[in-house]
Amino acid sequence: MLSVTNRSPGAVLSATAVSRGTVPRFARLIYPLAWATPMAAWQTLFFVVPLGFLIVLTFWKVENYRLVAALDPVNWIAVYGTPYFWSVYLRTCAMAAGAAALISLIAFPCAYFLAFHLDKGARRLAVLLLITPFFTSYLVRVYTWQAFLGDNGLINAALQGAGREPVAMLNTVFGTFVGYATLCLPLVVLLQFMSLVNIDRSLIEAARNLRCPPWRTVWAVIVPSARVGLVLGATFAFILTFGDFVSPTYLGGGNPPTLGILITDFTKAGNQWPRAAVVAVTMVTTLILVAFFAVRFAYKTRRRSHG
Amino acid sequence: MADRIKRPAALWLYTGGIYLFVFAPIAASFVFSLNADRFPTLPLGGFSLDWYARVFTDPAVWEAFSHSALAALATGVLATFLGFGAAYTDYRYKFFGKSAYLAIALLPPTVPVIVLGLSMLAYLSRLALSGALYSIVIAHAVLCAPFAMAIIRLRLSQMDSALEAASWNLGAGPWRAMRHVVLPFAAPSLVSALFLTMAISFDEYAIAWFVSGLNETVPVRVLSILQGSVSPEINAIGGIVFLTSILLVVAAQVVHLRSSRRDARSARTGD
Repeated sequence: MLSVTNRSPGAVLSATAVSRGTVPRFARLIYPLAWATPMAAWQTLFFVVPLGFLIVLTFWKVENYRLVAALDPVNWIAVYGTPYFWSVYLRTCAMAAGAAALISLIAFPCAYFLAFHLDKGARRLAVLLLITPFFTSYLVRVYTWQAFLGDNGLINAALQGAGREPVAMLNTVFGTFVGYATLCLPLVVLLQFMSLVNIDRSLIEAARNLRCPPWRTVWAVIVPSARVGLVLGATFAFILTFGDFVSPTYLGGGNPPTLGILITDFTKAGNQWPRAAVVAVTMVTTLILVAFFAVRFAYKTRRRSHG
Repeated sequence: MADRIKRPAALWLYTGGIYLFVFAPIAASFVFSLNADRFPTLPLGGFSLDWYARVFTDPAVWEAFSHSALAALATGVLATFLGFGAAYTDYRYKFFGKSAYLAIALLPPTVPVIVLGLSMLAYLSRLALSGALYSIVIAHAVLCAPFAMAIIRLRLSQMDSALEAASWNLGAGPWRAMRHVVLPFAAPSLVSALFLTMAISFDEYAIAWFVSGLNETVPVRVLSILQGSVSPEINAIGGIVFLTSILLVVAAQVVHLRSSRRDARSARTGD
């Protein structure tokens, strides 16, 4: 028994492979393939190919409300040729970037508190509470925010009760950001918390022993050590808000639109699938670039801080 | 630990504020669902179960619930199966192109659901597979399988890798080792994955909205109410959906806790 557990998995594998040497090679492949293939086949057939088809679709045409296969750059020209699209594009990027930065900033003190000021039991409860929102409907929460933020909503009623002027919150950028925070604040806090809680505590002790003031400890020791989690949190916030059409529509008023709203309009109202596909391909390309640079940034600074 | 900083009051308050922000809409939705008034104003109207009664007598909502439940169940089973296969592959084998394999297995949740919805709609309608309940299952399995894979992979990484090899050396074929060693060990994570993926599918609105055609699910129904007028029915539906999801998650947690307690016990007796 001991000799088996002491072997590395690779060694065990090769040993069993030798003992099975009499079984034909093909038969030996059936077992691993049976487990590996379903996921590969499914995600190829229903994830990779549909995304590829989206690119093909951008070159198709709509004639008499019917899709016609073609190789025509007309949709790209129609979408990219309008300044309107670019203003929507830049606006969506700016809002997602703003949301990622703002939500990360808002989340950090909370994640810091959970990681460094709570004992184990309280921490587990706090994390459990943060997971709950994932199982409530985002749509219902957005609907409830409408009741809070509306011109005659609960917050304005309270303001008027206190003798203040009502404030327009629904159908403004502020409303959209409230929705964005509803969408990703718990996730960002969780991701930041997970990286903060894994920081080597002796680093912080060392900073304290060297009389580093608390603020500088946070900035010079804790933030760099948790860099990966912080960047990951911001990246997820960017990805989620960049593609969200619910908050901009139902809390932001939908006008001016975001790229997500543009897609629903092209698909649902205008029956312009190829143009919606152009927008979608642009979105995915942008997200791939953002994720690529985010990952590079996260790990580059990490390497330097270790060197 | 002795010189741990005292909890600063400001951070306490701040964190409380964050939790208030997170839970305000959840709690308020529940309160509104029991409020007699159509428009939520302060002070609240009387207590009433009217909106729940209305939801329960609405045939469209019943139909939506049955669509959602069916789609969630089928998605859960399918995604858990796919996820287990991939998790086991990642756990057991090294092979050329493994990182590409893991990438296509895990990437779908990072693509905006609206893009997934559009690509699914375009692709499935070419194959005449769109507009049906199984269209939702196909698309949701893509989205949910990575979550199932992550959960099951986590459990497999707790398994002594020599366990399976030992059973091979004792003469069990790989299929028998799978059935008597790997599957029993992974079972709790399979249940967790099943419940979690069902909950995700049950809540997903964007992809379902694109591909479902006339087969409205609950979240799609909510979306269409949202587009129309103010109706506290949404809060009642939200309450029911929340209860359903929480029940699934608690069930998954109970299974998980039980198995880890059993592990701890067997580890103790094993020593």
